[in-house]
Amino acid sequence: MASLRDIKSRITSTKKTKQITKAMEMVSAAKLNRAQSKSTSFLPYTEKIREVVSSIASGNEEEKGISHPMLEAREEVKKTAYIVITSDRGLCGAYNSSLLRNTLRILNERHASPEEYGLIVVGRVGRDFFKKRGLPIYQEIVGLQDQPEYQEIKNIASTTVQMFTDGIFDEIYIHYNHFVSVISQKVTESKLLPLNEFGGDADGEEVTEDSSSTNLEYIYEPNPEIILEQLLPHYAESLIYGALLDAKASEFGARMTAMQSATNNATDRIDELTLVYNRARQAAITQEINEIVGGASALD
Amino acid sequence: MKTMQANVVTPDGSVFEGQIEMVTVKTTEGSLGIMAGHLPLVAPLTIGIVRLKNDSNIQLVAVSGGFMEVRPDEVSILAESAELPSDIDVARARAAKERAERRLERAKKEHIDFKRAELALKRAINRLEVAGS
Repeated sequence: MASLRDIKSRITSTKKTKQITKAMEMVSAAKLNRAQSKSTSFLPYTEKIREVVSSIASGNEEEKGISHPMLEAREEVKKTAYIVITSDRGLCGAYNSSLLRNTLRILNERHASPEEYGLIVVGRVGRDFFKKRGLPIYQEIVGLQDQPEYQEIKNIASTTVQMFTDGIFDEIYIHYNHFVSVISQKVTESKLLPLNEFGGDADGEEVTEDSSSTNLEYIYEPNPEIILEQLLPHYAESLIYGALLDAKASEFGARMTAMQSATNNATDRIDELTLVYNRARQAAITQEINEIVGGASALD
Repeated sequence: MKTMQANVVTPDGSVFEGQIEMVTVKTTEGSLGIMAGHLPLVAPLTIGIVRLKNDSNIQLVAVSGGFMEVRPDEVSILAESAELPSDIDVARARAAKERAERRLERAKKEHIDFKRAELALKRAINRLEVAGS
């Protein structure tokens, strides 16, 4: 059996670990709150753009014949881009590993060779993962703030959208962890471009909301083509940003849960160790008494 | 006078919400004034000042790009960035202006991104104008 001192030092170190995990849990909880409120304050922006775009897009089929390359699926998909949003730091449970595993599986299923796709990676963990496997990374951002500003990802978002316009990519997907609740994150794939199933593809709730607004007849100043030209890249960029905010909220949720269970485990471990310690202490005392008694009776 | 609901929204959250009588914006085609009861309209905006008028109060907002959606009783401005005069960091805008000017100066000689510097300059000037200094 380990000596008293060994057990004692293990208890102290476990206590210290527990303090750290506890602190990280609380920090994540605070960050989660902020991330969530940021995510909610962002919603009206995308919803508005979505409304306008869908009202232009839905009007175009019958009457005016307005179209835009971003709204049309390309006949031949030569190259697909995947935007993968991971975290910069670990200690957040299966947050990154389940996402990356899923992405890797999808890549292997859909594509015969790495020539057929390109990756745009957010977060250090994802970057290292794909780099190690030698997969084609086109762009990467690491070291984003905990509450990212739109400006920070504007560049990467607009270059990505530009790559689509230039025909480097024919399809763009986003892979990220969707925030379901604090304890549950769902690995999600959503199609960013082209926006060909416009108006009916996303969440069911939004569609019903849209239908009331789409029958408004807008005046387009100067004309619908130019508006689409301006609006669609905006919309696509804002979708990327939205996914990022969602992913950040999930990250904090995941980290919080991971740290919570770490704290619980530490508490259990401390209890166990304390029990062992006390038992060992008692045994030692008993032995000492025995020795004294033994020694005393030997003198008689 | 008849009023309408005005919302100025950016990806980082809402900047202005309130009842107004009239809004003046700068679209890609030129200035545009909208009063309550206007027909539904959509127009893209450039870097410029948005004036939201209610009674004799005029609220200025510095807007960088984006677009405007008008409905009879509501006007929404969606911008990449929008700032009220009180939120503008004047020192930073000034620094940005100088930096952009230097870049433009250099751009004449070397090949750096002229358009980007020009846009940065426009944004900085716009902010300074709204901040009133």
